[in-house]
Parts: sequence; C-alpha cells; structure tokens
Amino acid sequence: MSSETQKILTTDGIPLEISLKKAEKKNKIKAFLLVAPLLLFIIITYIFPIGEMFTRSIDDRMVTNMLPKTFKAMETWDGKELPPEEVFAAFLSDYRALAEKKEHGKLGQRLNKEKNGFNTILKKLWRKMKKFEDGNTKEQIMAVHKRFRDVKYWQAIKRTAPPYTMGKYLKGMDMYYDEDGKVVQVEEDRRIHRILWLRTLEIAVVVTILCFLMGYPIAHLLATLPMKYSNLLMICVLLPFWTSLLVRTASWMILLQQQGIVNDFFVMIGLVADDNRPEMMYNKTGTYIAMTQILLPFMVLPLYSVMKTISPSLMRAGKSLGGTPFVAFWKVYFPLTIPGIGAGCLLVFILAIGYYITPALVGGASGTLISNQIAYHMKETLDWSFASAMGLMLLTGVLVVYWIYNKLVGIDNIKLG
Amino acid sequence: MALPKYTETRYRIWHYLYLTICGFVFFFLIAPLFVIFPLSFNAEEFLVFSDGMKRLDPDAFSLRWYHDMVYGTKNPWGLAAKNSFIIAIFATIGAVILGTVAALGLSSRHMPFKGLIMATLISPMIVPLIISGVAIFFFIAKIGLAATHLGIIIAHIILGTPFVVITVTATLSGFDHSVTRAASSLGSDPVNTFMKITLPLILPGVISGALFAFVTSFDEVVVVLFLAGLDNTTIPIQMWTGLREQLSPTILAVATCLIILSTLILVTAELLRRRSERIRGINR
Repeated sequence: MSSETQKILTTDGIPLEISLKKAEKKNKIKAFLLVAPLLLFIIITYIFPIGEMFTRSIDDRMVTNMLPKTFKAMETWDGKELPPEEVFAAFLSDYRALAEKKEHGKLGQRLNKEKNGFNTILKKLWRKMKKFEDGNTKEQIMAVHKRFRDVKYWQAIKRTAPPYTMGKYLKGMDMYYDEDGKVVQVEEDRRIHRILWLRTLEIAVVVTILCFLMGYPIAHLLATLPMKYSNLLMICVLLPFWTSLLVRTASWMILLQQQGIVNDFFVMIGLVADDNRPEMMYNKTGTYIAMTQILLPFMVLPLYSVMKTISPSLMRAGKSLGGTPFVAFWKVYFPLTIPGIGAGCLLVFILAIGYYITPALVGGASGTLISNQIAYHMKETLDWSFASAMGLMLLTGVLVVYWIYNKLVGIDNIKLG
Repeated sequence: MALPKYTETRYRIWHYLYLTICGFVFFFLIAPLFVIFPLSFNAEEFLVFSDGMKRLDPDAFSLRWYHDMVYGTKNPWGLAAKNSFIIAIFATIGAVILGTVAALGLSSRHMPFKGLIMATLISPMIVPLIISGVAIFFFIAKIGLAATHLGIIIAHIILGTPFVVITVTATLSGFDHSVTRAASSLGSDPVNTFMKITLPLILPGVISGALFAFVTSFDEVVVVLFLAGLDNTTIPIQMWTGLREQLSPTILAVATCLIILSTLILVTAELLRRRSERIRGINR
C-alpha cells in the first residue's frame, strides 16, 4: 500500500493518529483535573507557607521601613565620620513620625540588638525632642547624649539598611555580624544552638541504630514464621503503632521513674541496691529507651514487607552450595534486605530528628532538641523569623539525607507497609 | 521454626539465642502498654503498684479515676474529647475526599509529571512535623483561622491526605481497569461508574487511608499546640499539659480508653487489609 493514500481513518473520517492523540490529550487533562484540587490545596496551604518561612527568615525591612528618610539621606554618607546635618534632620523627622504612631519603642529594641545602649539614648531623645528648636538638629541631638557623638551608633543604623539579612541563620549556628559587619562566633560558653544541633543529630542517629538492631531480628522472625504465628506476633508491632504517642510516653514515664517497675525489677534481681536506684528518666537514657520503642514499628514494617518477598529457597541454595548459615545469610539474604533497611532507617531517622514531645517529657534538661527550640521561639519569644530560619536549616539537613539516600539506595526502592 | 536434625550445636545455640532476643524485643514493644491498665484502677493517688494491688486485694482497686475523668470538677477531658472527635472526623472526611480523587488521577497512566506531583502531595508526611507546624501556622494565622476548629481541621487535612493518597494508590495498583471500561461501554456515566464499580472495589484502601488520617489527627499534638486556643483544646494537648505538670492517675484512665480505641482501630485495619488483599488477588 502506498503511504500517501492509505492513511487509516476513523469512522468520522479523521486520521486515526490525530484522533488517538486527541484522546490521549483528553485523558491527560482528565487525570490532571482529578489531581488538581489536592495539588492546589497542598501548594497553597503548605508549599507556599514553607516559601514564606524563607522570606520571613531573611526579611529585615523593619528598620528600612521605619526610617525611610534617614536611609535616603545616608546614601551619600561615607560612613567614616559623623554624618552630616541632613542625616540628623532626616532621622529626627523619621523618629518623630514613629513616636506619633507609638512605634518608636520597637525601633529602640531592634537597634539595641545591633548596638548595645541604643535603646537608652533613643528613649532620652524621645523625652528631649519635644523641646527641640528648628534648625541645627545635629548639635541638638548630639547634646542629648554623648553616644550620639559616637560614629559607631550611626554606622549601626546604616548596617540595618539592606532589606535582607542572613543574621538569623548565623544566630542558629551561634555566629553573628560584629560591628564591622564581619561574621564572628559567639563566646564559647554561649554556643547553645550548636550543642542542640549536635544533640539532635546524636539522638536521631543512636535511636536509628537501636531501632535497626532490634527491628531486624524480629522482622526476620515475622517474615519466616508460619502465618498463624506471625499474625499474632504482628499485633505486638501494630498495637504500639496505632496507639497514641502520648500514651506510650506516659507508660515509659511510669516504668522508668525511680520507684517504677523497671527499678523494682533491678532491685529484685539484686542488680542495684534499694537505696541506690539509678535515675533512668530525665536524662538521655530515658529518651533513648522511649524513642526506640516508639519508633521501632516504623523500622519493622518496611523491613518485614521486603523480607516477605525473599524466597526461603535462596537461603537453602546458599547453604547447599557449601556456605555456612552465617555465610549464606551475609552473602545472600542480607543484601536482598537493603531496600528495607534503607527505608526503615530513613523513616526512623527523619521522624527522630523532628521529634520533641517524647524527649521533652522524659529527657529532662537533656531532652531539649532543635524542635523544642523552634517551638519555643514560635510560642514564647515570638521570634518567628528565627524559628523559620532554624526550621529551614533542619529541612535542608533532611533534604540532604534524602539526597544521600537516593544516591545510595534509590528513592523508588522505598517500600511502606 | 523447627531446626533440622542435622543442625550443629553452635547453630542450635545461636538459633535459640536469636529466638530469645526476638522474645525480648516483642516484650519491649508491647509490655509498656499493659502497665497502664492496672495502675489506672489504683485506689491510691500514687503511680506505683501499692502493696494491696500486689496482693490482689479488691479494696486496692477502684474506678475513682474513671469517675474523675468523666465527672471531675473543672475537668477538661469532656471538652477535649468532643473537640478531638469533631476535628478528627471532619479532617478525615476532607482528607479522604481530596486524597481519593487525587489518587484516581495519579494512578491513571496518562498522568503527566507523576513523580513530581506525587512528591508534592506526600511532602507533609516526609517533612519533619515541627517544620510543617510552623508553615501551616503561618498560613492559618494569615487567613485568620488561628484558634478555631476550622483552622485545626484544615491543618489536619494537610497532614492526613498523604496517607490516603498512598493507601488508595496502592489499592488502585492492582485494579483491573477493564471493569470500568466495561461499565462505560454499557452506558454508565463516569460518576455512576465510580460509585457503583470503582469505589466498592477500592473501599478497603479508602477506609484504611481514612483510619490513618483519623489517627493522625486524633493523636496530633505538635501543630495543634501552635494553633489551639482555650476553646480548641484536644485530648493530646490535655495529655501533654498533664504529663508536663504532674502525672495523675486520671491521665492513666484516659490513656486506657485510648488504648482500647487503638485496639479497635487495629482490628478494623487488619480486617480491611486482609479483605483488600483478597480482592487484589494477592496470594499469601
């Protein structure tokens, strides 16, 4: 048949190829329309707000908006010696406008963070400026307090001019901009955030390892036992899984207290003396024990679903070819479970790194993790931009873990339930 | 798991050691839940087993903490339970509708950008909860719904949909699309086909997704702590406050009720899983 005359047509006389493409496109649109409501919902309520966290974390327009004229006048100032008369005049006029809106206090607090002692002299200026005469503003302001004659205070104002700052991120890593705008570390005894990051990481890593060590044998047992036994034992994994996190935390608080059952048991078997009961709660031991039990199901379930697909004949083949059971396990069985190990460890690690309810309740002073700090700044200090910055730093860390995981195991290999 | 007769002694020892370790781990997983039961019936105010309880003296047990839970003065549990159920039920309905419809689209082979869209949809599940909490709080506060039930419901829909999407897409992966084509060829419109053919077949997946969404909402404390006002207190918030201040036996009574609830959910979820596997023709 010759190609130009014999195009296959549908009953409507349209070439089949075009008709199929049309149908395909229609199906694509149909599928997309089904997904669209949820996609839009998640993007608007969740993805955008995460983006907003970013703008909030670097946003530093507060002073810029409060002192518009001052920054305009400062454009020509070289920042080396005291600024000229226009800057002083502009500053006074901005400050008067703020005082009218009763926002001058906020400016004082913000500038005080930039340079200590600013709040006091601004308050003094506020009291004195009512009696100011027109003209010669520079002299009059400088007469209010000697600090106004110090160029460093004016440099501090100029430093706040850029609308964006990385200051909150530096604070999260215990660093800050010094008076010359250089990045420096805070004093050794005040580096709290670094301790928190390391502690969070340590707890997440230790809990992941503990979960793996405990979860692997029982997942193997569940996958190899006959159905009727494994179903029964599966309840031991699933009941904690479905039970409220706070209920499980409460039971650990009862078990681990000094007069609690675990300590009773230790005394009974003579491990410790009755008057010398070890403190198992309000320290890291408590956090490790409770978090391991709470997160263990998340390790067992993916491991189980992978192990279930491994045929027992593989182990038999390994043994029949001369391997000892250990060699057969290590060379045959273990490599096949790696996707499950990856999924389980990833899941437990991600959950552990964002946890804070359990550590806060059973960990005592050592239970303060990065998440607690974020919650604290959200609810108590209301420093939302700092909370956002720390949240995004944590998110970046989590994304790096995903990326490494994807390189090592492949994200498609995750199997859940 | 009987060992073959020819097993060498050292492997025999190893095998029993392995079983013992497994026994310990299972005990470690399940035992903590059972401490709560007897202590919630304690007649005294202390959270340790009294001597009377150890002797199984009937006077050492009482229902006073359950009584306190229901009738106690200035008692927050009634309001908290009501709020928790209202929020969880509406959040589940929202999550199930949005999630199921999206899963239908996602499992179509015509769906463009499947990987990217799937990643976006399940992102609330894989991002640490505290970060989701901050982001959702900004959104809810901006639209002026902080400290309202509706705000918390929206937050919990966001957190619950990933579970519905995952369970329903899993069910749909074994779904035979020729049955819907058959329905269409017999003149059924898409909505009718969905209600009469697709939905009954994927129902186990939908319900188990709904259970996940319900539990996620019912047990969620991190985001609620940001969003809730005094009127929106939920059971997890009350437990969090209670555990932080003082561990009282009333909390154990509540905890016991919650364990019973989770047992019911577990049984339902297991029955559904088996039914779904039967329907999908997975032979075990």
